[in-house]
Amino acid sequence: MKKLFYVLWIIGLLLGGIGVFQRLTTGHLLAGYGSRVVWGLWVAMYIYFIGLSAGAFLLSSLVYVFRVKMFEKVGKLALVTALITLVCALLAIWFDLGHMWRAYEVITRPNLPSSMMAWMIWLYTAYFILLLAETFYAFKLENNNDSAQKEALSKKLRLLGSIGIPLAIAFHGGVGALFGVVSSNPMWHSALTPIFFLVGAIASGSALFTMIVAFFWEERNSAYFDEMIQLLAKIVLISVLFDLLLEWAELSIALWMGSPEHTFGYREMLFGEYWYVFWILHILLGVMVPVFLLATRKKPFAIGLASLLVVFTFIGVRLNIVIPGLVTEKIHGEATAYIHPRLSYHYFPSSMEWLVAIFIVSVGIGLFVIGNRYLKLTQPKHSLNS
Amino acid sequence: MDTPKKNSRREFLTKFSVAALAGATLSPLFSKEQDTDSDAVEVRNFTESIESLLGGDYTNIKLKMQDDVRRALKKPVDQRRWGMAIDLRKCVGCNACTVACISENALPPGVVYRPVIKEEIGTYPNVSKRNLPKPCMHCEEPPCTEVCPVGATYKRKDGIVVVDYETCIGCRYCMTACPYEHRMFDFGEKYGDGLPFPAKYDERPSFEYEKEWKRDKPEESPIGNVRKCTFCLHRLEEGLLPQCLTTCIAGANYFGDLNDPDSVIAKIVSRLNVTVLKKEMGTKPKVYYII
Repeated sequence: MKKLFYVLWIIGLLLGGIGVFQRLTTGHLLAGYGSRVVWGLWVAMYIYFIGLSAGAFLLSSLVYVFRVKMFEKVGKLALVTALITLVCALLAIWFDLGHMWRAYEVITRPNLPSSMMAWMIWLYTAYFILLLAETFYAFKLENNNDSAQKEALSKKLRLLGSIGIPLAIAFHGGVGALFGVVSSNPMWHSALTPIFFLVGAIASGSALFTMIVAFFWEERNSAYFDEMIQLLAKIVLISVLFDLLLEWAELSIALWMGSPEHTFGYREMLFGEYWYVFWILHILLGVMVPVFLLATRKKPFAIGLASLLVVFTFIGVRLNIVIPGLVTEKIHGEATAYIHPRLSYHYFPSSMEWLVAIFIVSVGIGLFVIGNRYLKLTQPKHSLNS
Repeated sequence: MDTPKKNSRREFLTKFSVAALAGATLSPLFSKEQDTDSDAVEVRNFTESIESLLGGDYTNIKLKMQDDVRRALKKPVDQRRWGMAIDLRKCVGCNACTVACISENALPPGVVYRPVIKEEIGTYPNVSKRNLPKPCMHCEEPPCTEVCPVGATYKRKDGIVVVDYETCIGCRYCMTACPYEHRMFDFGEKYGDGLPFPAKYDERPSFEYEKEWKRDKPEESPIGNVRKCTFCLHRLEEGLLPQCLTTCIAGANYFGDLNDPDSVIAKIVSRLNVTVLKKEMGTKPKVYYII
């Protein structure tokens, strides 16, 4: 089983390497997006991973800020998960830039306060630094046996975590606001967009975390593990259902007597070419099956499977934010005004985009496997107050 | 069938003249000014042709516009306000402006600054057609510049919205923010792609922003940048009109300094039969459509 995993991982990394090589040598020539559908799979992956990161981080705050005893053994696992998914997110958006090597400009010459993208970048840079510091102290705390020092360290962690909560909400809400503020795009331009991003982050982030705990936690036959996994299952269930409620609010308000311009994107999402991303990937595999499993099954495997489904299908939710919002002509007749593949309103990721996506996922998995081997994330050690 | 019509018309005329006579007789009772207005009332025909408004044919108007540009260049840059007007009554949808723009700016495949939207009205074969050339609107309140994370795109002092190719990181956020879907991304495509030898056309540099841009390598600007119409800034600075104006076979394009009441453009856009695209967005475009 382990061997198979490593073989698959290496294949993933190699295939992904081909995509990265293509991207670095030919730029955006082989990309499937164009000047109409300007953002594609990589942007969807970016908001997907950044959501996972914010969600995992908010879970870690239960340990370091609210000191929920139940989760104290998994605090550092949540932090490292948040860190790795953030790295994946940044990789995805880095490959998406037209000029990768100018990325530093977002730090050296940000267009503040008007650009939401500049805000987002500054906020997640702060978040990244905070996450590193918090992870550092979390490990220091664990390897410390002196009770006075331990107390000081957990105070520091509480402070960092307390700063982290509004920061995580601000930066991920900011990613949502990046879309929400685009008033020329009726599908994105909703006050609910940032909230939808945050709830989605909690749903997908907690599902990722639950999946890792359910499948990889080593001390499986303890009452502690069982209790923790049941609580995590509840968090995933509630957040998935709440996310669905927000989705209903957004869809029903937009579609009910909405002007065609306003509803076109949603119609495309529900009944267009990629209807199955919404109905099969998201609603069936991402909501109905997991909700059924989480509500009726108590076994860690079932909970893990449900969480795995939520995590993997959530990319569909993210794709359905980015793509349908861009497939609408903003001025009627635009689609036929000048014919070129780059000016088409049709989008499907190209092979290079898929390969780079595989690379990013492989890097994430690789970092996690290495991290887990050396940092022993899925093995309980000392608790905070012992 | 004709008789009742004639009758009704006669009836109408009779009633109308009685009413007019009554009005003329009674009016001094209500208004004192009206007794001296016999030749002061000027009914402006807002739909008259631009030629009759300005006098002379389109060639003369073009020369006037060129003078307008040169006059504006003598003013400090922040006192100029470049604007364009397109007479939709005249546009025949020939795409001469589209092609001229591509040629002038050496635009690669898939990048177009001035597409002409052709809208069909009715059901085939009973259709009529309407043409809408669509350059950058050079909005007074451009939503695209606000969102740029690095301030690479901005509105110049003379109102032209530009992209700094050497700063743009190619995130394409501005493209999503433009309500007119004007902006284009340079993917690096070439006309000679697939040929065994490089096509000569691809080696032609672009002179946008008064610099020489060659598209040799991937990620060498303007490849990987967002590109847009500049009102042919490089021509303007030399006192020349934007290239799209020079090739318009219908004489449907007008250009100049909106801040100069004597300019051709100011005379045109101050009339009533002028509109802008998506007025409700509040972006205040400086490209006007004469309808």
